[in-house]
Amino acid sequence: MELILVNLIDGLVTGLLLFMLSAGLTLIFSMMGVLNFAHASFYMLGAYFAYSISLYTGFWMGLLIAPLIVGVLGAGVERYGLRRVHQYGHVPELIFTFGLALLIEELVQFIWGKNQMPYAIPDVLNFTAFAIAGNSIPAYKIFMIFISVAIFIGLLYILTKTRVGMIIQAALSYPRTVEALGHNVPLIFMGVFGVGTALAGVAGVIAGPVLGTFPGMAFVLGSIVFVTIVIGGLGSLWGALAASLLIGWITTFAKSYNIEMSDILNGIGVVTPADLDDNIFRDLWTVTSPQIADILPYILMVLILIFRPAGLFGKRHT
Amino acid sequence: MSNTELPKGARPEEQITTDPSRAAQRMRAGSMTLTMLPWIVAAILLAMLPYIFTSNSALTIMNQMWITVVFALAYNMLLGQGGMLSFGHAVYAGVGGFACMHIMNMSDFFASFPLPVLPVFGGLFGMGLALIVGSFSTRNAGTVFAMISLGVGELIAACSVIIVAFFGGEEGISGDRTYAMPFFGNEFLQQINVYYLTAFWMLLSAGLMYLWSRTPVGRMANAVRDNPERAEFLGYSARWVRFFSFVASGFFAGVSGALFAINYEILTEENLNTASSGVILLVTFLGGVGFFFGPIIGAIVFTLVQTVLSLQTELWAFYAGTLFVLTVMFFPGGLAGLLMMHVPAFRLGKAGGLIVPYLKTLLPGAIGVLAVCGLVEMVFHVRHASTGDHEMTLFWTTFDSHAILPWVIFIGVAVIGLGIARTTAPALRDAWNEANTAGGSA
Repeated sequence: MELILVNLIDGLVTGLLLFMLSAGLTLIFSMMGVLNFAHASFYMLGAYFAYSISLYTGFWMGLLIAPLIVGVLGAGVERYGLRRVHQYGHVPELIFTFGLALLIEELVQFIWGKNQMPYAIPDVLNFTAFAIAGNSIPAYKIFMIFISVAIFIGLLYILTKTRVGMIIQAALSYPRTVEALGHNVPLIFMGVFGVGTALAGVAGVIAGPVLGTFPGMAFVLGSIVFVTIVIGGLGSLWGALAASLLIGWITTFAKSYNIEMSDILNGIGVVTPADLDDNIFRDLWTVTSPQIADILPYILMVLILIFRPAGLFGKRHT
Repeated sequence: MSNTELPKGARPEEQITTDPSRAAQRMRAGSMTLTMLPWIVAAILLAMLPYIFTSNSALTIMNQMWITVVFALAYNMLLGQGGMLSFGHAVYAGVGGFACMHIMNMSDFFASFPLPVLPVFGGLFGMGLALIVGSFSTRNAGTVFAMISLGVGELIAACSVIIVAFFGGEEGISGDRTYAMPFFGNEFLQQINVYYLTAFWMLLSAGLMYLWSRTPVGRMANAVRDNPERAEFLGYSARWVRFFSFVASGFFAGVSGALFAINYEILTEENLNTASSGVILLVTFLGGVGFFFGPIIGAIVFTLVQTVLSLQTELWAFYAGTLFVLTVMFFPGGLAGLLMMHVPAFRLGKAGGLIVPYLKTLLPGAIGVLAVCGLVEMVFHVRHASTGDHEMTLFWTTFDSHAILPWVIFIGVAVIGLGIARTTAPALRDAWNEANTAGGSA
């Protein structure tokens, strides 16, 4: 029982972290119809910038400044890169962001090298918040949950209650009409792109000390983020939230409970073959849940795409 | 039922747009014709190349090149001809290769089996996987297709560490091609034998893919790429057209995987992962997706650049990435598009007028770019070389990377080179416009 609670908290942290990335990505997608392949690269840039800043001014200034830099960079990419490629169509846009992801990874290796950076949790937060049956919960995890939830509420408030949010929502559905009403739609697009990448930057800043700040960090998380928004339904903010939490919990639970496939198969009445070593399905029999934890999101995505192509919360569009 | 009624599916006489009695018109519509000349030239060239470049390393590079050509052409069946962007195409090549590796290891079967037939099996396995995945992934084009391809690619790449029986885990699977039944007394012990096998399969696959692009289904793939809605109204199922392209592309990707297996005799997780899929996208796009021969140019240039540059600098992936992004932004037609841009000027007989302006702009520009690369290398050296190591070698000269003089020289050359290129660019633009305008005098 206590273990379930601990796993719930761990899964929540992973899920909320995923959500901070997928929220920006899904907003950008619903606005421009382009999936930003380089989104996780901005997350990585956030972590690296924050590390470099924290060397001089400490963690908190990094948390404040790094996302701003990342957001400005993101807006620049939209203004000078994407807007230019947009005229060629969606597929070149996707290829452009893909190339950008490659380039940012190389750039990070160029500037900071290939090794992991010693980016650490600030001392203020480096203590155990509380313990559940001997499993200590670090305060940093509580801090991560707090930041993510605050950002989610802030985003929801801005999008639904403020004038800016109204214009953004209108520009999502009817960009031409909004433009005719005198709003600068390209500027709105640029702003949303900048805010989305800044959110990814925040995620990078707070995840860097826990998950490690190394050149492969964008790649590790990048494809999971895509899977998340496909499962949640492209363009749906609530879908992104639900899918992020779902993936966070599924992977956490699969990792902490060692369930063997042979137990499941025996349980449903399939008898283990006698000479397992020569059986061509031997890998299927010996597979365990921690082994497949990392590919569960992909399996989930393929299943969703087969049975509900629009995603959990997505609207079916032509 | 009256006799005058036509059977289902048949069309009334006047609706047939192509007159069967006029051969020229028929060819234009059905278009199975192709000029044989480029293929004959290519065949002769492929046969001659080992006599020009005799070293084993040259053969290895050329083998790698032809394998990449097959893969890139297969990839372009999706991207260029079908408008489907796949981020996980390496798995079809990889699975084809792994299957071939297992065939190589089935010693009884393999001993009664000539090696040159093996790529057919690779292709069939690649096609089998494409049949399964394509059944649900080709429902949509564009972004959704790209996402599914990425997810499936990641899934299969991740499976390679779990399903050890098939993928061999982290060390991969290796075999020995020489256990095959001798093919006219040939056991493929030497690199040169493998070269001819690879070259033959490359030419055959390229020819088949070209023919495919001329068939009605290949033509419909273009129509579906450009306007799926209209294709649907004409009575074609966009989904099935995409599916056929996808399956055919899976077949040829599998062939390239089999050629890889024959050449290197080992396959690992690296042949499946997203990085390999990314490389093939890069190759195809750099070459140019708009023309059939684009990926061929891309594969040849990329393999050469990769081999040469990776020996010279650690940063070659950085340069390749920069080149890729710039290509997407400024030359979406790729190298083939750049070449074909000059066709009108040649037709008008005015291409000669471009040579001098080109030299005036591109030569200083290239020198400037090289100087910028030099600066990048120096920054990299200053940042990442071990402490105290101030000596670096660049452009065949050794100097101290912490001294001020090399920096001044490189910055100077970069500024001057790019500056000249910038001032002569308007003249080039004028010459370009002049060369592409019919009539008039120079």
